[in-house]
Amino acid sequence: MLGYQSSLVMYDEEYQRIVEIADKLLRESNGKAVFLVDRNGQLIAATGETEHLDTTSLASLTAGNIAATGGLAKLIGEKEFSILFHEGEKDNIHISIVGGRVILVVIFDQRSSLGLVRLRVKKASEEFDRTLEELDRKSAEDTVDGNSQNPFAEITDDDIDNLFR
Amino acid sequence: MAFINYASREINCKIVYYGPGLCGKTTNLQTIYQRTSPEARGKMISLATETERTLFFDFLPLALGDIRGFKTRFHLYTVPGQVFYDASRKLILKGVDGVVFVADSQEERLDANIESMENLKDNLEEQGYELEKIPFVVQYNKRDLPNQIPLEELKELLNPDQVPDFEACALTGEGVFETLKAVAKQILVELKKGRK
Repeated sequence: MLGYQSSLVMYDEEYQRIVEIADKLLRESNGKAVFLVDRNGQLIAATGETEHLDTTSLASLTAGNIAATGGLAKLIGEKEFSILFHEGEKDNIHISIVGGRVILVVIFDQRSSLGLVRLRVKKASEEFDRTLEELDRKSAEDTVDGNSQNPFAEITDDDIDNLFR
Repeated sequence: MAFINYASREINCKIVYYGPGLCGKTTNLQTIYQRTSPEARGKMISLATETERTLFFDFLPLALGDIRGFKTRFHLYTVPGQVFYDASRKLILKGVDGVVFVADSQEERLDANIESMENLKDNLEEQGYELEKIPFVVQYNKRDLPNQIPLEELKELLNPDQVPDFEACALTGEGVFETLKAVAKQILVELKKGRK
């Protein structure tokens, strides 16, 4: 049993790749915004019309939503519901689980359609999944290599105290 | 499970406030929200019933500042305290980096405190955590009210491992930031030790 579970790590290269895939998905699906969120509610990447959106809250609520629907799924004997769709008057949200570990959110309006979004999401999910696998591999190697990149290995008590001044 | 982002040079950690119904978890978050500068805090979200009982969770993102060039962000969550919301509590504990147990110091809530602490242990175990091994702080809230359980008794019952603990009055803010600081500090110390 783990006392403290391993952290999710994001590197520059994979981050750029994820943003590229998200941008492409945004274009091809005619969406308004695309988000990638960790299942624990941390925002990984966001692209599109995000300036008027509270992206932090969106990430947290999406993860809560996925967690709650996952709980519902288990109650009826399903493993999970891999796609959720919320329809609004103008804007709609399409939420899907990628590779069992991250959540992909597409916000779209009448310029797109549910069918188009589903189609493009499916394609993009495979690409996201490959990049995430690469990320896992890299992160695991780093841990084996003695965790040389841990930026917090050198922090002092003073550094921590300074945060609260 | 902290999220370390080298691309945006950010570190995100999750803190969960746990405790029996009406012990003051949401009040802790509200006080932190009210006393933090607008640049350091995000929007506070409360998924509550019409009578202001937490239904799913409260959420408050905080940016504490930089540490070695990394922006340090803490996401504060509360769980619904009422016994029958156990399924929701389990979900919120996923990926937690540190836990604050908020105890209600009033005599009539003694059993509720103990029950909630047991429930915390059970739910953490279900997620593969051990309470003894994660950053953990206990807060004895409502120290300003009559019908107090003596502090020593509370400590003995709720904090046998002697983790950092604080007396508090979440409404007036007493002890609130001390509690937050103590759990955040433990989380950063864990990060310093490195990922496991």
